[in-house]
Amino acid sequence: MNAVIPLHVEAAGGCSTAPVLKERGQREVFCGLTGIVWLHRKIQDAFFLVVGSRTCAHLVQSAAGVMIFAEPRFATAIIDERDLAGLADAQDELDRVVTRLLERRSDIRTLFLVGSCPSEVIKLDLSRAAQRLSTRFAPQVRVLNYSGSGIETTFTQGEDACLASLVPGLPVPAATAPAQLVVVGALADVVEDQFTRLFAQIGLPAVQFLPARRSDAMPAVGPNTRYLLAQPFLADTARALENRGARRIAAPFPLGVEGTLGWLTAAAAAFGIGAEAVQAATAAPRARAEAALTRHRAALSGQRIFFFPDSQLEIPLARFLARELGMQLTEVGTPYLHREHLSEELALLPSGTVLSEGQDLEKQLDRCRAQQPDIVVCGLGLANPLEAEGLTTKWAIELVFSPIHGFEQAADLAELFARPLRRRALLQAGLAA
Amino acid sequence: MQLTLWTYEGPPHIGAMRIATAMKGLHYVLHAPQGDTYADLLFTMIERRDARPPVTYTTFQARDLGGDTAELFKSAARSAYERFQPQAMIVGASCTAELIQDDPGGLAAALNLPCPVVPLELPAYQRKENWGASETFYQLVRALCTPHVAVPAVPRERAAGQKARCNVLGPTALGFRHKDDLREVLELLRRLDVEINVVAPLDATPHDLTRLGEADFNVVMYPEVAMQAAQWLLRNFRQPVVKTVPIGVGATREFIKEVAALSGADPAPLLNDPRARSPWYSKSVDSTYLTGKRVFIFGDATHAIAAARIAAKELGFEVVGLGTYSREFARDVRDAAKLYGIEALITDDYLEVEDKVAELHPELVLGTQMERHIAKRLGVPCAVISAPMHVQDFPARHAPQMGFEGANVMFDAWVHPLMMGLEEHLLHMFRGDFEFHDGAAPSHLGSAASRPEPAAAPLQAEVALLEPETTAPAAGLPTPLTGLPLAWTADAEKELKKIPFFVRGKAKRNTEAYAGQRGVSSITVETLYDAKAHFSR
Repeated sequence: MNAVIPLHVEAAGGCSTAPVLKERGQREVFCGLTGIVWLHRKIQDAFFLVVGSRTCAHLVQSAAGVMIFAEPRFATAIIDERDLAGLADAQDELDRVVTRLLERRSDIRTLFLVGSCPSEVIKLDLSRAAQRLSTRFAPQVRVLNYSGSGIETTFTQGEDACLASLVPGLPVPAATAPAQLVVVGALADVVEDQFTRLFAQIGLPAVQFLPARRSDAMPAVGPNTRYLLAQPFLADTARALENRGARRIAAPFPLGVEGTLGWLTAAAAAFGIGAEAVQAATAAPRARAEAALTRHRAALSGQRIFFFPDSQLEIPLARFLARELGMQLTEVGTPYLHREHLSEELALLPSGTVLSEGQDLEKQLDRCRAQQPDIVVCGLGLANPLEAEGLTTKWAIELVFSPIHGFEQAADLAELFARPLRRRALLQAGLAA
Repeated sequence: MQLTLWTYEGPPHIGAMRIATAMKGLHYVLHAPQGDTYADLLFTMIERRDARPPVTYTTFQARDLGGDTAELFKSAARSAYERFQPQAMIVGASCTAELIQDDPGGLAAALNLPCPVVPLELPAYQRKENWGASETFYQLVRALCTPHVAVPAVPRERAAGQKARCNVLGPTALGFRHKDDLREVLELLRRLDVEINVVAPLDATPHDLTRLGEADFNVVMYPEVAMQAAQWLLRNFRQPVVKTVPIGVGATREFIKEVAALSGADPAPLLNDPRARSPWYSKSVDSTYLTGKRVFIFGDATHAIAAARIAAKELGFEVVGLGTYSREFARDVRDAAKLYGIEALITDDYLEVEDKVAELHPELVLGTQMERHIAKRLGVPCAVISAPMHVQDFPARHAPQMGFEGANVMFDAWVHPLMMGLEEHLLHMFRGDFEFHDGAAPSHLGSAASRPEPAAAPLQAEVALLEPETTAPAAGLPTPLTGLPLAWTADAEKELKKIPFFVRGKAKRNTEAYAGQRGVSSITVETLYDAKAHFSR
């Protein structure tokens, strides 16, 4: 991707050709293992076994907060000295651990062996282990493998790697099967249900989702499949689907009213359904969302917002906050910018928005302090320290862990940003009284 | 490989972070892959720190592995020095960087930075968090004090009229009540006429550490963190170590006497501090019902041993289980367990702890965040006494464990989850009270605290406890002499249900053990009362 010198013509086209500040240095981000925290809730009969160090176990447990105690469907096989001494026996050890695990949990249908930095560095062949264990435990359990290591994946890219590992094993539709729509990306169950109803009203029944809630309900994929990304961080999954012959429907992401409408319209168009049909089917939820957003617009309009990179959701979020709530974008940082998947989003961003990809943490903090934004979107390692410096923050991980997609959640999404600002005002007034 | 669902301790570099974050003017450059910065949020969220930990991570990625990760480390160290201008630096590797073998110590030395740089060797595949904290503190003390060591070490002489001076060692970042404990300990030392030389690592600078040798003796608050450094100071500066950890009234009195012996102060005025309310609370008649309550204790070694002593000697509980995840201190915990006629549980596998709690049917669990969840699952009251803990165990109020105020805090915290004495008695009187049933919690805890539904895969014992209708014998029951399975008659089951739920598990277990011993295969109402008579001493 070569940076294009921006034309001084402020043409429509938003940030399609805007330069992107690319930085390398210390990165304050999660690794892909964190994806397990929401993926294990989404796929109800899957178990995630991280093959890594005590650090990996500690990370997952820290990120999962108290969820760790509801007999979670994830664990870590902690590599110790003996495993480092000789590779041959690491595979035996893995067999032993997996056997013990599956004896304990007979309800598991899919087991993911999740690679980590240590397992990747010592070149532990988890794909071979997955094949061998799949053979042994078939047909009861399917064993897959992906890497959630920090050296390869950033936060939500863990979901991408996980879904990409599912794709080769998806069923093949019959040659005569009609064209099928698959929505890709883990969504909150409530959001998935809303979308299912909307698609049906538009005239697209039997839309399927990847991942499905159960291992035996995963969608079939073939040359007749059109897929629609629900999340912006699914580059590898998209490539794997393309390899199976499926074709992507280009669309903005379903955040806010505009994004959701654009997303549904693009899907409908791909199946020959006109925009007016979508308009008609979505009139009621759109009106509800518009009304609910009005309340938040008063609080958010004109407020300056700064995004530290975290999840790749930053650009669609910035688009929503700028266009539907009147916020001003100071810098929008993202860990990775997929130009093709985000082309519709970039076109909608206010031109002149400062975009950055990657991170040099200290330099970015300097820029943030210099800007003195009204609200900063950042991770939990930075949030309290920035609050102590007098800035207001919104912690980013909540945007991945909360239902934010679709019409009915548009106001909830706005509320996530309005609340810290409202709280700050409340407490300042309270102490001044 | 070890299958781990939950870990009591992080890796050793987290221990090093706890030292670096506790101190001022020290910076840690950690060779680590992208993602290891998750550790920052332990400090900013759980402890609610208002500044980032003083740690620079190299956060290398896969694309860097083919290139020069060593160069990456050097530039990170250089720019960290330039930006933060620390008095000293520590450098080391996380578990992944240990595998790529870049030698942070050698690389940092080559940079020739204008401050001391202490290299850390923290074997991530053998050791854990507390060991890492201890090793880091020890290496810092050693590196910064060595130039001040007289060879051979000379005994310390205090000039007449000069106050005794001591160092207080051990409090770290992310420590269980460390800040509040420190306040209590400093107050005790002040009243014993002891001058404080250095408190470390909490709020100490590297420059402060160079002055450690100037004290007369050392107080070690937390052996897990500071004993190794204190032993080195003893060898090189002849500084005696105060070994009593003042958790509990008895231990606090011993601590006072031990310090007084070193400082020359009179301990008598301090021993019966009117602010020590817990002895009277424990003596008052409402506490009588606490007598012999069965308590299970698990945590780090220091807190577990102290809690057992308080439970047995100051509250009159019966210690039925004692254990630790601190393998380095296993021997101390084993010795302590012998005092209560039990065998210590040394494990870092929470499933083993859970099995033990289920087996022992304690009436109170004192443990970590993990035991809180185990207890919740089993419907047993619980209080937290040790790390690892969650955000609610970093309270805004002053809540020490040490000193007389610490004993007050623990009395409240441990008794709070239990049913009040009077309430317990009335429940015995009016069995099956319509407002009280198996799912009800103590009335002062509110309806929200009602016992949750058992988890999806409840333990055998739990099933047996909650659903006496299941006639299948639970796992682990004594096999009766007749060889036949134990069965409860319908009448006996009904009678068992009339026993308040918080003692029913014990009654059921006792009855079955009694029946097993006597070869009774069918448990009747008679058997139930025979067993009750047999076990009531």
